[in-house]
Amino acid sequence: MAFRFGILLGVRSSPTPRQILAAAIIGAVLCGVTIAWAVPQQSGEANKAAARSVQSAARSTPQQSSGINAPSSARTGLNIVVLDPAHGGTDQGARGTEGISESDEILQFAAATKKALEAQGFQVILTREGNDNPSFDDRSARANAQRGAVFITMHIASTGLTGTARVYVEPDAPQPNNITGLIPWDRAQTPFLSLSRKMGELVQQELSKRFKGSPDTLQTAPVRQLRTTAAPAIAVEISSVAVKERTELDRMVPGVAESIARGLSDFRPTYVVPTIPVPGGSVQP
Amino acid sequence: MSPKWTVWLGGVLLAAVIAAALYFPALRRQVNKAKVLTEKTAEQARRELLPIAPVSTGDPMVKVKMFWGSRGQEGELLPVIVELPLSRDPGLRAKQVLNTLLAGPVDAESRTLPPDAALLAFYILPDGTAVADFSDEIRTSIPSGIQSEQLAVESILRTLEANVPQVLRLKILIHGQEADTLAGHVDLTQLFRVNAKDAAGTQLDNPSPPGSLLPAPIRKAVDKMRRATKR
Repeated sequence: MAFRFGILLGVRSSPTPRQILAAAIIGAVLCGVTIAWAVPQQSGEANKAAARSVQSAARSTPQQSSGINAPSSARTGLNIVVLDPAHGGTDQGARGTEGISESDEILQFAAATKKALEAQGFQVILTREGNDNPSFDDRSARANAQRGAVFITMHIASTGLTGTARVYVEPDAPQPNNITGLIPWDRAQTPFLSLSRKMGELVQQELSKRFKGSPDTLQTAPVRQLRTTAAPAIAVEISSVAVKERTELDRMVPGVAESIARGLSDFRPTYVVPTIPVPGGSVQP
Repeated sequence: MSPKWTVWLGGVLLAAVIAAALYFPALRRQVNKAKVLTEKTAEQARRELLPIAPVSTGDPMVKVKMFWGSRGQEGELLPVIVELPLSRDPGLRAKQVLNTLLAGPVDAESRTLPPDAALLAFYILPDGTAVADFSDEIRTSIPSGIQSEQLAVESILRTLEANVPQVLRLKILIHGQEADTLAGHVDLTQLFRVNAKDAAGTQLDNPSPPGSLLPAPIRKAVDKMRRATKR
């Protein structure tokens, strides 16, 4: 078969140097045409994302090259938001009128919040996009694997004043006795508590401006999802699935999304990766 | 058949029809009642067999502070003073107050715990660590959400704090097992601080001898907690 194609193209079994040169030129021209055709096809969004990732890389390069003695200021910068639409799969969460299930409805809130955050220049990672149910640890791992990330777990309650939203952070906990500088997985949130509170306060302020009847201050609760997250982390809970009509919840979607995006934009300049005290100094997680 | 007999037969049949019409509604009520009884879950049956916190007639009447939900303020607890015959034994006392908490206030909207949930067991270790084992309904019947679950746990903790000072820390189990969360939100893997005097993080550094009187699964859970805290 190869021999027949060789005849067809006029190529002999041992090509001359002139034929090799001609083949190389044709190959180079074809490659150039392909690249020139492919590049303009990229969407504007993809270009923006590419630009952001390059900027992000540029920001992170000095600290990476400077190794472990990098100054802490080099590791500042909030770039990534991990959004966690709660429940999913067989776990439907709260169930309300008109067949509303928390696990489905919260996906709408997460998608709108993602858009609002991306408009503010954040990179957003969702812990789930369909009807699956990652474990608590898998969800935390999405944030723990990132540098310069925050984590927001989103819920809809079955109780509470309809049309309100609350922000929760983990209660105070003693710093783990640490000699290694490693964060114990089951107490991963502890070093980030003060940052979580700061972020929570800013998001709660925005939510209470937008949704009358929401508390002015953030709440504390031992939310399981937050405990294993090694990043500033909050839980946002919207009330409630017990609305008279589904549209009442749908109307809250843009407001919740904008409030979270604004809160995080306000939080962004204050974000600094905390240090963990160890004997003889401190280390950053 | 003579006309006389026909009249008699007709009369008897009419009487039978009237008697049946009167009896059938009562029969239906009895059938419905029997149906409800047979629909009882195994958990409910078990709970009925379990002794509710023993109340001795010799126990003194004590004013206890119960923490139920506040109707006026969303997500808040309100202390309610109730007079109860309470044992001096901390374990029995804790069972009595928790059963009263589960029985709920007069106003159903102020409930913090599901009405069909039950306290299956309660133990206090010598170091002040207590273990409360609730039936599965505390997980399946509670309204889902951070606020409602937090309120449920807080009402248990604050009621114990107000009435059983010997309890310093509480581990909540569901049906004898350690649970990750109450109903998907509030973390149950940790010990809850009950008494503010308790120094968090140091409470299990010098544990008293393990509670050998505890049932095996609960002892296992407590041992696991101790190991986790030491780590």
